[in-house]
Amino acid sequence: MIALLKRDLALALSAGGGGLVGIVFFLAVVATIPFGVGPDLALLSRIGPAVLWIGALLSALLSLDRLFQADRDDGTLDLLLRGPVPLPLAVLAKCLAHWCATCLPLVVAAPVLGLILAVPPEALCALVLTLVAGTPALAFIGAVGAAVAVSMPRGGLLVSVLVLPLAIPVLVFGVSATYAAVNEPDPFLPPFLILLALTLFFSVLGPVAASLALRGAED
Amino acid sequence: MTALRVRIEGLVCGRGGVAAAGPVDADLAAGDALVVSGPNGAGKSTLLRTLAGLLRPLAGRICVSGMVMADDEAPLGLFEIAHYFGHRNALKPAATVAANLGFWQRFLGEPGMSVGEALARVGLEGVGDLPAGRLSAGQARRAAFARLLVARRPVWILDEPTTSLDAASQERMSEILATHRAGGGILVAATHLALGLTGASELRLAGAPLSAPPGLDLDEAALARAEGWL
Repeated sequence: MIALLKRDLALALSAGGGGLVGIVFFLAVVATIPFGVGPDLALLSRIGPAVLWIGALLSALLSLDRLFQADRDDGTLDLLLRGPVPLPLAVLAKCLAHWCATCLPLVVAAPVLGLILAVPPEALCALVLTLVAGTPALAFIGAVGAAVAVSMPRGGLLVSVLVLPLAIPVLVFGVSATYAAVNEPDPFLPPFLILLALTLFFSVLGPVAASLALRGAED
Repeated sequence: MTALRVRIEGLVCGRGGVAAAGPVDADLAAGDALVVSGPNGAGKSTLLRTLAGLLRPLAGRICVSGMVMADDEAPLGLFEIAHYFGHRNALKPAATVAANLGFWQRFLGEPGMSVGEALARVGLEGVGDLPAGRLSAGQARRAAFARLLVARRPVWILDEPTTSLDAASQERMSEILATHRAGGGILVAATHLALGLTGASELRLAGAPLSAPPGLDLDEAALARAEGWL
């Protein structure tokens, strides 16, 4: 399992992996917002955290379709399906590698992009915290979508459409926790704990559901 | 400890509930080889994928006896003690050949030969540091075959192992297969070429006519009823 994690990470970060496309997309989404909304700093700093969260969500979805498809195309998936490592654990390892390669850069880039949107520093800290807690859930939910669409040659959009409704709770609690850290009367902890709970819940459900879908795709 | 034995009893395999081949019966002891032959579309690959545990059999079963895993338990099925060598090579083009094989060695467990030895065995000395994507089709096939050598498993399920191999490489592969059988291994291979497998039993799959999926033959009365519902 560790071997699988290391290899996927190395492949994602190497030249052909395309692991950093997401961060460029994130930059593009966030950088266009001030042009569209206009130079109203008060408005930008108010909607900034939400924009960053939505950007991170979309960028995380962007690279999901290749999660299993590359493995299926070259036959690796056949060996993973019946390997000595139980399939849900193999999927978990792939999800973690995917998260490290595509979502972690987003988390790192978010505060920098937050400066473009004039987000106050305490909101930036809360944003990083909620992104670290929330984006793993996106990877686990996304794995289910990627597994369902694995046999479709142009499954990218389908994956996004399948995954987006399931990812809405993560977005809602992620954004509300970020706002709660800034707006005084709202408590930060309850939405943040729900966000953590979502991540833990999907870390179990996601790999199991994804492995069922992968096995079903073989028949 | 008894010798390894694989029995296939009345195995019917297919995809999506439609039978493609079978029923197949076979009894393989250590050192045996089974050559699956038949025209294109006869269900050879489907049979091998079923044996490798990638497809669920429609009927029948596969029994393994006389084998104890590292944790002192009987294997859960043939797939746990078998290498599946399919049409696709399971090599990542961006990673080096040695990294690819090293990964499979760690992932599959029970290390056999070292990566260097295995590459030398398939005649690919000195390509370990090349990215797998740079290999020619025949070289990639041989590099993928080295995976069977770096992890030790007694049953080899080979689907057209000699695709894009030249005569010398085929010779070399026959040698490796013979060594594997001499060491008590079992081979199940689908191939059009003779692999120099002496004493191999042959399973000929006749090309079954494609039958329509069940449940699609509607008659007029059923259609009328269905329309009545609407």
